[in-house]
Amino acid sequence: MQIFSCPFCGPRPEYEFHFGGDLGNHRPEGPEVSAEVWAQYLHFRNNPKGASEEIWLHMTCGEIFALQRDTLTMEAAPGQALTAAEGRP
Amino acid sequence: MTARRLPRGGEIDRTRPLRFTFDGQAVSGFHGDTLASALLASGQPVLGRSFKYRRPRGLFGAGVEEPNIYADVTGDGQFRPNQRVTTEPAIEGLDLRAVNASPTARNDRTGFIDLCARFIPSGFYYKTFMWPDWHLFEPRIRAMAGLGRVETGQTGPSGDQINHFCDVVVVGAGPVGIAAALALARRGDEVMLVDEGSRIGGSLLYRDARIDGVPGADWLPAASAELAALGVRVLTRTTAFGIYDHGLIALNQRREAGRPDTLWRVRPDRIVLAAGAIERPLPFAQNDLPGILSAQAGLAYLRRFAVLPGARLVIATNNSTGAEVAGAMAAAGASVTLIDRRPQATGPDTVDLRAGRSLRRAFGRGQVTGVELDDGTRLDCDGVLVSGGFTASIHLFAQARGKLAWDDRRLTFLPGAEVPGLTVIGAAAGHFTLADGLAALPAALGLSSAPVAESAPYDITPAWPEPGRKDRVWVDYQHDVTAKDVELAARENFVSVEHLKRYTTLGMATDQGKTSNLNGLALMGQITGRTIPEVGTTTYRPPFTPVPYASFAGPRGASRMNPVRRLALETQHRAAGAVLAEYGGWLRPVHYGRDETAILTEARMARQAVGLFDASPLGKIEVIGPDAAEFLDFIYYNTMSTVKSGHCRYGFILSESGVVFDDGVLVRLDVDRFVVSCSSSHTAGVHALLEEWRQDRFPRKAIFIHNATAETATITVSGPRARDTIVAAGIAADLSDAAFPHMTSRWLAAEALRLTRVSFTGDRSYEISVRQDRAAALWDRLAEAAARHGGGPAGIEAIMILRAEKGFIVIGKDSDGMTRPMDLGVSGPLRTKKAEFIGRRSLFQDEAQRPDRNQLVGLLPADGQGLLPVGGHGLDLSGPVPRSIGYITSSSPGAAVDHPVALGLIERGASRHGEEIVIQHLGQRRRARICAPCFLDPKGDRLNA
Ligand SMILES: [Zn+2]
Repeated sequence: MQIFSCPFCGPRPEYEFHFGGDLGNHRPEGPEVSAEVWAQYLHFRNNPKGASEEIWLHMTCGEIFALQRDTLTMEAAPGQALTAAEGRP
Repeated sequence: MTARRLPRGGEIDRTRPLRFTFDGQAVSGFHGDTLASALLASGQPVLGRSFKYRRPRGLFGAGVEEPNIYADVTGDGQFRPNQRVTTEPAIEGLDLRAVNASPTARNDRTGFIDLCARFIPSGFYYKTFMWPDWHLFEPRIRAMAGLGRVETGQTGPSGDQINHFCDVVVVGAGPVGIAAALALARRGDEVMLVDEGSRIGGSLLYRDARIDGVPGADWLPAASAELAALGVRVLTRTTAFGIYDHGLIALNQRREAGRPDTLWRVRPDRIVLAAGAIERPLPFAQNDLPGILSAQAGLAYLRRFAVLPGARLVIATNNSTGAEVAGAMAAAGASVTLIDRRPQATGPDTVDLRAGRSLRRAFGRGQVTGVELDDGTRLDCDGVLVSGGFTASIHLFAQARGKLAWDDRRLTFLPGAEVPGLTVIGAAAGHFTLADGLAALPAALGLSSAPVAESAPYDITPAWPEPGRKDRVWVDYQHDVTAKDVELAARENFVSVEHLKRYTTLGMATDQGKTSNLNGLALMGQITGRTIPEVGTTTYRPPFTPVPYASFAGPRGASRMNPVRRLALETQHRAAGAVLAEYGGWLRPVHYGRDETAILTEARMARQAVGLFDASPLGKIEVIGPDAAEFLDFIYYNTMSTVKSGHCRYGFILSESGVVFDDGVLVRLDVDRFVVSCSSSHTAGVHALLEEWRQDRFPRKAIFIHNATAETATITVSGPRARDTIVAAGIAADLSDAAFPHMTSRWLAAEALRLTRVSFTGDRSYEISVRQDRAAALWDRLAEAAARHGGGPAGIEAIMILRAEKGFIVIGKDSDGMTRPMDLGVSGPLRTKKAEFIGRRSLFQDEAQRPDRNQLVGLLPADGQGLLPVGGHGLDLSGPVPRSIGYITSSSPGAAVDHPVALGLIERGASRHGEEIVIQHLGQRRRARICAPCFLDPKGDRLNA
């Protein structure tokens, strides 16, 4: 069982977390978003072997955060707040 | 076999005799016996049948490696299937039943199968039972297939689970493991020492040893006392069965007296693996006969339980450990022949040594009676003890992704490159003598010194199964895999070790090939001209030994698995005679009164007078903050920022794929304060959705979300007498339609409650939300007032009738994973809404815009046969084959109307009102007429009646 580190709570067992998709899968907006671009956003996932940048939800506190981990070695860096990861307020 | 109990010795308590039964026959033993030692002492050689050929089998091992003898055990407060008799303590009154045998191990009526053995080699099932269909044969084969019974009625005890942190876990409490634990604890580490045996000591319990000049038997109690003094947590009957990600080691602790097992999840800084080694069998014909035991197991039975495995024993070995076993058996009174494959072998004077010789075959029917040597010599005997060398128990190291390295001198795989946080010591690291194991400790653990032992050096010569033999040499006892099966696999090109395993099932039994794997892959290597490391091993996976499901489940069972949520008003509902059932995770009143006829009565009462309905599970999620209105515009399909304070608006929330996710009424309490009301069973999902978009899209300090569902009780008062009821209950407010119109909300400070006029029934309705601890008093007042106005409580099923009559939908019931809002007749926002919202782009996709989509309709029976079936499909019969044109989603009798009503999703339904269609359900065809999805008061006059 892995241990992930919630930016709000610290290290906790993986069963408290829920996968939230790829980090950086930004929502295309505007009137002219093509069907292809929209489908890419909706349906296509990276599923990399090795380094992976992901979004996770810590279900017990509700924090949604960025997590960098390695799908091969299972190493997981401490989680980072979404705002910090994306440079938002 | 003349195995017998010696008059003296062993760790058994002869003052405490006990009895249990095996296949109905009484077996006597002593406190301290294992089931296996008592069974061996009973002199009965046949204790089980093999899995496939049903050959008679006896004990081979004395611990977790045992491949042969398993039993279903009843007693001691529980039923446990497939228990390994070598690791279970003998307890007074147990009933054992041999597995793989019918009716008993000794008189098995399927024993004839072995006579057909050459017709049922590996792969037989795959090749034979193909035509016409495997399922034709499956029931009888399954019935004959082995292993124990499953008691389907038994839910099992629920075990404890413990999470634990410490500095070090030492796996294996043999002398080297104990020495390691002591050294680390002396240094100040918090140490846990676990062993699968019933007591610590490992090989010290039966092998000769001197440690620091003291006999092993004296060193052990002193070490044990020091472990206690240092506070080392010692767990016996505890198997470290798996290593998982991020340094988790899982332990299963077996309890006694009916107590369920305990699962430990431990996260130490360091794992020290001192799991020892397992002795391999020797390859010779009929090497599976009862009476042929592992030499180390024979020694353990002799020294620990005072059971001598035979009077005339042959000890066969390819390594230096046979001599000690031979000497001990001779000293205990057996006449012993030691057959050592090593030409330079030596042995004690008390035994007949045949150096440089090996076994070719064993003889006997049902038990071994003699052997033939490779030089043709025949010897009579009543027991054979074999040692084919030792396989280091590196299972946990391999599970931790440790790479293995073949050792050509010791003939075993050993830990290769180091795994961080994991240290392998003792026999598991290939130190097959105590002296070597202890001598290697300081370097392995960074100690200044370690205890010292003296041992003869370990020496071994290969004795692998060889290809091309005509007779039957067993490789895997438990799954009945012979050398010929391995050869067959090679002939059919299943030469990869993983293919070999699947094709022959070598190593796939419950013992996971602890005694057999290495012999099997060595043989495959010889057949295919590869070395053992070239053949490689299969992947090691948890668990090391079988772990009961009850252990993994722990206390999470039945209602604790998914606890049902309880209403604050449950007492009131029960007092009113409610029948309660689970709806969307909540225990809710279905109806009040004895039977289901109450449902329609309640619905009519609510239409004619007033109904009280506990709507507490309805989601109430507060959204607060300066950006709240903009946020909700993005969340909802409908524009919500234009709702005035104190007003409500009904709307949809979509998923990004444009499918309707939930519906509900949004209440604007104030400029920057809203309550999102959502379906009872979607509350968690909507809350998660709100949080996701808040955190992902909006500035952190501009919106705050609070799920107030659990802390708030909601009582709905609905019906033409609803207003009168509230007045009669003494709730002081101006309830005139001018002051308090439909779709508005008021906070009544004096009553500390929120009054909201929304309706899920089509009648005048008020939702009263109150802190849940105040709900009971409020309910009592309302119930009394409702009774005075000819009404009373109504259950959820009555409400379902009322809403169906009005065509009010339940998302997930009257919609599915394809339903867009336009399909439900709400396309305004798509045309007019300016702001971006969830799922918007998806609504413009071709799929969402297709003209032939399934759309919400009302359906009336057109054949006079009453209620239409939910799930029944509409049929298009114009083509060569019938085609589904959608289905019925809800159906109920009418309460205010005098006919049944139904809702459905029908292809192009919105433009087909008035059309009659055929409905098919479970082979029956019905006729239904499509109509608008509203059967009562389409203008909404009743809202203000
Ligand atoms: Zn957290």
